[in-house]
Amino acid sequence: MLTDEQIKRYARQIIMPEIGVKGQLKLLESSVLVVGAGGLGSPAIQYLAGAGVGRIGIVDGDEVDISNLQRQTIHAGNLGMNKAESAKTFVEKLNPDVKVDVYPFNLTPENAREIIRKYDVVLDCTDNFVARFLINDACVIEEVSFVHAAVLRFEGELMTIVPKESACYRCVFKHAPPPGTVPTCQEAGVVGATVGVLGTLQAIEAIKLLLGIGEPLVNRMLHVDLLTMDFTELKLRKDPECPVCSGRVKEIIPEKYVESCQL
Amino acid sequence: MITLDLRGEVCPFTFVKTKVKLEELKPGELLEVILDHEPAVRDVPRSVEAEGHEVLSVEKISDKEWRIVIRKR
Ligand SMILES: [Zn+2]
Repeated sequence: MLTDEQIKRYARQIIMPEIGVKGQLKLLESSVLVVGAGGLGSPAIQYLAGAGVGRIGIVDGDEVDISNLQRQTIHAGNLGMNKAESAKTFVEKLNPDVKVDVYPFNLTPENAREIIRKYDVVLDCTDNFVARFLINDACVIEEVSFVHAAVLRFEGELMTIVPKESACYRCVFKHAPPPGTVPTCQEAGVVGATVGVLGTLQAIEAIKLLLGIGEPLVNRMLHVDLLTMDFTELKLRKDPECPVCSGRVKEIIPEKYVESCQL
Repeated sequence: MITLDLRGEVCPFTFVKTKVKLEELKPGELLEVILDHEPAVRDVPRSVEAEGHEVLSVEKISDKEWRIVIRKR
């Protein structure tokens, strides 16, 4: 049952036939893990918390730096604080219905599966290939749906993975590219509003997956160029040879590629 | 018949509270809604019908009060 305060808080969602009271109660019982509370994670956390997703896990081992605030707006006033802790203080102010689990460290091959399996949906809001493949492998093995996003300059990509049913990140990208072939965002730069768009799209995908509504971006990759406002979609196919999807690999495949990029 | 007293409530909460109450009822059950927010007298029946419920009557019961009867789909 929703309280009177919750009916007011979520009125704009309850009104919608796709959500209603049932959908709202479902969101309040749902959980999402956000890996990375940076440029993508900030808007995602903000809208998931606003929507009343009952439990949000936040993984981030970094501290808030002044150079982050250009795009990571939920960390306002929290310079020097761990980003997962900082995000928690934001969520608590926005919506007391949401319980926040703080993981003030990075996701590793050792801890990823154990953390990921506690959630209904995972958002990959990281900034490097090692973490992306790690999240992919752990989510596919644990059968937890996740939403990948990445941003560079004015461009971004988005893809939703439902393990067993859809192509995974490794079906598409195989392995991390060799060092030096892809510019890191320190070399390339990014506008805050661009990560804002992509992180917000991740939040909407998570809400759709949790409620079972609409058409999640599976077997498709959305590419956006915000400089020209071109939104294009690539059709993706599951790779029968993908070591993770095929079930041949039961453990996370370590990626040796090391990056140092703070998005 | 179940009565929902929404006097003092304005849009969109008139419809939201009507919708919340309807979701608690069984199909076919009747709900009586009392309103004093005039725009809601037009909007609530329209929104309720859009969700597939049946509006049986809308009547003015006093100077500033209206009564709507809805049958849950
Ligand atoms: Zn795969």
